[in-house]
Amino acid sequence: MPGDSRIGRRTILKGAAGAVFGLGSVAVLPVFGQGGKKQDPAQCRADDESARDKRLVISNWPEYLDEDDGKNLSTLHLFEKKTGIKVSYTDDVNDNIEFFGKVKNQLGSCQSSKRDMFMLTDWMAARMIQVGWIQELDKTKVPNLHANLIDSLAHVGWDPNREYSAPWQSGLTGIAYNKKKVKEVRTFEELLTRPDLRGRISLLTEMRDTMGLIMLIDGTDPSRFTQAQWDKALERLRKARHDGQVRAFTGNEYIQDLAAGNVVACEAWSGDVANAGNDDLVFVPPEEGMMIWADNMLIPNLATHTANAERWIDYYYDPEVAAKLADYNQYICPVKGAQQAMEKIDPDNVDNELIFPTEKTLSVTHSFMALSEDQIRSYEGDFADVTGG
Amino acid sequence: MAAVETSAPPGPTTPAQPGRRKLTGYWLLLPGALWLGVFFVIPFYSLLATSLYDPKGSVLGGYDVTFHLANFVDAIRDNADVLVRSLWYAGLATLFCLLLGYVLAYAIAFKAGRWRNLLLVLVIAPFFTSFLVRTLSWKLILADDGFVVNTLQTLHLMGDNDRLLATPVAVIAGLTYNFLPFMVLPLYASLEKIDHRLIEAAGDLYASPVRAWFKVTWPLSLPGVVAGTLLTFIPAAGDYINASLLGSPNQRMVGNVIQNLFSATGDYAAAGALSVILLTIIIGLVLIYVRTAGTEDLV
Repeated sequence: MPGDSRIGRRTILKGAAGAVFGLGSVAVLPVFGQGGKKQDPAQCRADDESARDKRLVISNWPEYLDEDDGKNLSTLHLFEKKTGIKVSYTDDVNDNIEFFGKVKNQLGSCQSSKRDMFMLTDWMAARMIQVGWIQELDKTKVPNLHANLIDSLAHVGWDPNREYSAPWQSGLTGIAYNKKKVKEVRTFEELLTRPDLRGRISLLTEMRDTMGLIMLIDGTDPSRFTQAQWDKALERLRKARHDGQVRAFTGNEYIQDLAAGNVVACEAWSGDVANAGNDDLVFVPPEEGMMIWADNMLIPNLATHTANAERWIDYYYDPEVAAKLADYNQYICPVKGAQQAMEKIDPDNVDNELIFPTEKTLSVTHSFMALSEDQIRSYEGDFADVTGG
Repeated sequence: MAAVETSAPPGPTTPAQPGRRKLTGYWLLLPGALWLGVFFVIPFYSLLATSLYDPKGSVLGGYDVTFHLANFVDAIRDNADVLVRSLWYAGLATLFCLLLGYVLAYAIAFKAGRWRNLLLVLVIAPFFTSFLVRTLSWKLILADDGFVVNTLQTLHLMGDNDRLLATPVAVIAGLTYNFLPFMVLPLYASLEKIDHRLIEAAGDLYASPVRAWFKVTWPLSLPGVVAGTLLTFIPAAGDYINASLLGSPNQRMVGNVIQNLFSATGDYAAAGALSVILLTIIIGLVLIYVRTAGTEDLV
């Protein structure tokens, strides 16, 4: 009996300890909640070390900057020579959302992202400006930007006077295919349904590009669509995925699979194909229309070389520099006067529609509706359900 | 009083010895406990809290812990197929690892002679390069225009439009390849310890080699089998690199979904709940497995 009562007491003690531990654990959990990530750019400013520390740290998308060509120095090296600023340039932006994930914990808690500038697409730039992660540009230090920015990009809804952002390049989203392996792909619908392409196409993880092009199949305007139209487009995507048509949803790395022959046709950004240096790859504007976008130079909070970054922006808004850059990367040049400057650099490209699109080309391009935070969540969630699950 | 105090020290020192020795054990535990506290307990609570976030929160707006248990129900409802697929792929990969690994470990332990050490180094050799690089090179090897596919097509073992990449075959093969060393090493450790005289004795008692293997070698290697299968199955079930590099969206595993929910959608509540569910399933399966195998004390 005494033994029994001792065991009983021990069990009770154990139970009590377990209960205390359990309750304690539950009480501790709320500590792990997360605060909001909005910041005030005026509060998150670092001292500008530009004058004494001649450096500049930039993150950009791959294949977006010209390279040295024999004696002909790249625009980046010319910039370094001209200004004495040493640029550490990394092409580590592969996907807007992926990059957002890379910097959100730092910028969201007013810490340094260790970068002075990065280039992000309109909608992500808009989002970061809204939550206060981006520094205002000093207007007096970027005169070329305000003098030479093309009219169509000068007044966007999310940054009406370009106080926070400067377009790096603009581009089109359409189709690329390998002409040695498959016959021409003319429409986006073909890409999603043609049996000979099954399992050999890739689409972009960029929701606005992919869903925009799918909506155009139904004749829906991606800049103004209803929930029913969205659902219909999503259903098309879901079907293509379940039929095994889609091999992968990718960021900028799609170009490697296309070059390797694992993917024979894909959704693609206009300049990448010309850059790939493979004559078998062709960029086609789908008959339904194309998506248009721009990537923007942004200076994040706590950047320590703000003035150097502004010199970079101003430098790239010089028409000759802009023409040289566009001649290499084959994206739409956002700088006035670059077309004239191109005559000296590469006369073949003066009438290149991918760099200097005419009104006629621009008339078949579409941009995606601006989304509220709730809509982003709902649409990105729907899209991720199909692409990721 | 003073006199008592001065005479006190020699007294307590001798009985204090065992007490101090007991404490030494705790002091030795301290670094490990601190390590686990910082790098396991805190992250674990953080994950548990994440699974109970208010699903209406967002990365930009912040998340509160509202003990929203429905997260778990939603996560299972939305991802049942992916969970089943993950366990299936991981189970198959473990089985293939066991078949390949057992033969290999057996050969190294019993037949390799002086080549034994070299072979063991070769088993570990893949760890000299990164997991990611090795998986990416499988992407090159299995590519649609690659040597393997072309050869199989020439031999008419594969149709002209068939492929290896972006199929379940590639994903399971990738898992098998990547986790094979985790199977071979514990198996080798178990097999190597077996006393050869026991097998000889079985032969002396007229057991055929096959029967001797079933009655002697296999039971004695069970600890290695259990350890190896656990070390293979657990990481394979949560792996996402193989599925994302070698598979297509139709081969997504639960790791991919969790990664997507955390990074792309920013739906931390669902991602946390799914992680906790995966953890619970794996712990449950492991407990059942270890109990059934009856080798708790040997693992």
